[in-house]
Amino acid sequence: MIVRTPVFLLIWLALSAAVFGASVALGNDYIFFAGYVVLQYVVLSTAWNILGGYCGYVNFGSAAFFALGAYSSVAIYRFATDNDVLQMPIPVLMLIGGVVSGVVGFGMGYLTLRLRGAFFAIATLALAVVLQTLVVNWDYVGGSRGAYIIRPEQIAPIGNYIRYLFLVMLLLAVAAITIARLIEHSRLGYGFASIRDDELAAEASGVPTLRLKLVATTISGALMGMAGAPFPYYIGYLQPSSTFGLDYAVNSIAMPLIGGTTSWVGPLIGAVLLGSLQQIATVTISSAVNLLIVGFLLVIFVIIAPNGIVGLIHTYLQRKPDDFVGRRRVEAEMPGRTP
Amino acid sequence: MMIFSFDLLINAVISGILIGGFYAAVTSGVSLSFGILDIVNIAHPAFIILGSYIAYIANATLGVDPILASIAMMPVFYVLGSGIYQIYYISFEKRGQESLRGLAFFFGLLFITEVTLVLYFGVDYRYVEASYIGPSWHFAVLDIPLRILVPCLVSLLMTAGLQIFLTRSFLGRAVMAVAQDQLALRLMAVDPIKIKRIAFGISIATASLAGAFLIVIQPVEPSVGREYIGRIFAICVLGGMGSLPGTVIAAMLLGIVESLTATFYGPSWAPAVSFGFLLLTLAVRPAGLLGR
Repeated sequence: MIVRTPVFLLIWLALSAAVFGASVALGNDYIFFAGYVVLQYVVLSTAWNILGGYCGYVNFGSAAFFALGAYSSVAIYRFATDNDVLQMPIPVLMLIGGVVSGVVGFGMGYLTLRLRGAFFAIATLALAVVLQTLVVNWDYVGGSRGAYIIRPEQIAPIGNYIRYLFLVMLLLAVAAITIARLIEHSRLGYGFASIRDDELAAEASGVPTLRLKLVATTISGALMGMAGAPFPYYIGYLQPSSTFGLDYAVNSIAMPLIGGTTSWVGPLIGAVLLGSLQQIATVTISSAVNLLIVGFLLVIFVIIAPNGIVGLIHTYLQRKPDDFVGRRRVEAEMPGRTP
Repeated sequence: MMIFSFDLLINAVISGILIGGFYAAVTSGVSLSFGILDIVNIAHPAFIILGSYIAYIANATLGVDPILASIAMMPVFYVLGSGIYQIYYISFEKRGQESLRGLAFFFGLLFITEVTLVLYFGVDYRYVEASYIGPSWHFAVLDIPLRILVPCLVSLLMTAGLQIFLTRSFLGRAVMAVAQDQLALRLMAVDPIKIKRIAFGISIATASLAGAFLIVIQPVEPSVGREYIGRIFAICVLGGMGSLPGTVIAAMLLGIVESLTATFYGPSWAPAVSFGFLLLTLAVRPAGLLGR
């Protein structure tokens, strides 16, 4: 069942219109606050999966790319307030955040991806620490004190501003999923898969591995930056230690790995499942405990279910009938000797 | 702001060398696991912090010297390390999935350790008490705090011991051999998995001692370990991945550069130095100083 991309996009747009409509109908603004975070994780985990799942390169610095997007918005906001110019609309901020993160992703990839994969992973871990150091020392965006952003109460056609942010993130999530699926079924995606399965063999058969990996880091980084750009407007007060927090890094890795890394469905399932679970757990238990749960789920899933929930469903669908037939045959030939 | 003086410079270099000695202890475990065994144990800093907290508990409740307590804890860390390697081997190395899922596994361990420590101890800074914390030696313009000198000396002793073990003993040579040719080792009737398990155990055991050094030198809270990820791997790569003498030289180099940065630009910039080191090494000389 291969759906063409425009049709796929239309289906998702219709679906998100339904989601938005239902959320408005429920009339509780908390749904928009919680839903925004879940959608943000859909974008982050889909972005992570483009590099991690398709190419097999682990990025531990999701928080850094996310924060780059967020802080470029803060810098622009500060510039606009200082010089009394008009504030940029969110979609433009997203584009700028995406470009900044994409460029950093490209640079990181260029320096480290020519070597073994582990170096890229380590470099991304270190990148988060260094960017945090830069932001802490950069007074223009608030330094270690943090920065305030006053978001407008209302926006023209939609009304409440949080609904607007939710809608923007919803559209970004749809865009991210469409891009991921488009990549999966294109030459690019097959190139990525060949890198993941055997980079040496791919290189030997003429796949331009370095160029493809750079494309992947750039797209992945850009999407993470786009997810981060509206964040200051959502949170109102941006602080380095929480923006660079380990929870973004661990969530954007745990969600695709728990959902399944080989297709666009996995990160979506993982993000919606884990994201909603965390929203519920944060309210009912505590935020530290729910992060611990995510950590344990990540370790358990990578050990027991290497292909995530999608993989579990696949094996369940494929093995069940075979086993059943096999057992019946054994039963018929040798009664009472069911294995 | 930047007043250059010779006294300041000499003191910065000396304290850089001392701190570098401590960095050698922090990195030698990773040089063993990442450099020799090819296991990308990014959870190593978390084990170091665990070591710090155990030294803290021993010091606060029993009044034991933190460094002695951590030496006593090394066998426990060794067992922990071999256990982790066993899980890692069965779940990832055997299936050939160490690159993506193995990394995620260690990342999960790092995260779980940190969050558990936060839940138990909170994010307050903890420190220990010992006779050598506080006093300093003065020679002319030099000012050497004992709280850094003692960890540095014990660390160099440990690294030297590890180097002698790796080059002189049968087991140590087997560890070096497992990095080069597992099949050859198997033909000599040695089980490479067992050797790797022992080596990984030793690498985690060094984290116990390094943790005690850390809490002697500075107050510790659970997320301090993250600052060390960049440092550890920068030193490991610059030192030539698995060469212990290279590790010591690289550690001291990084220590000196960080200390100069902290003296002349302010301590808040120091964490960025290691990353610059790492990227520069990867871009210019990926084989490191004393590359194999």
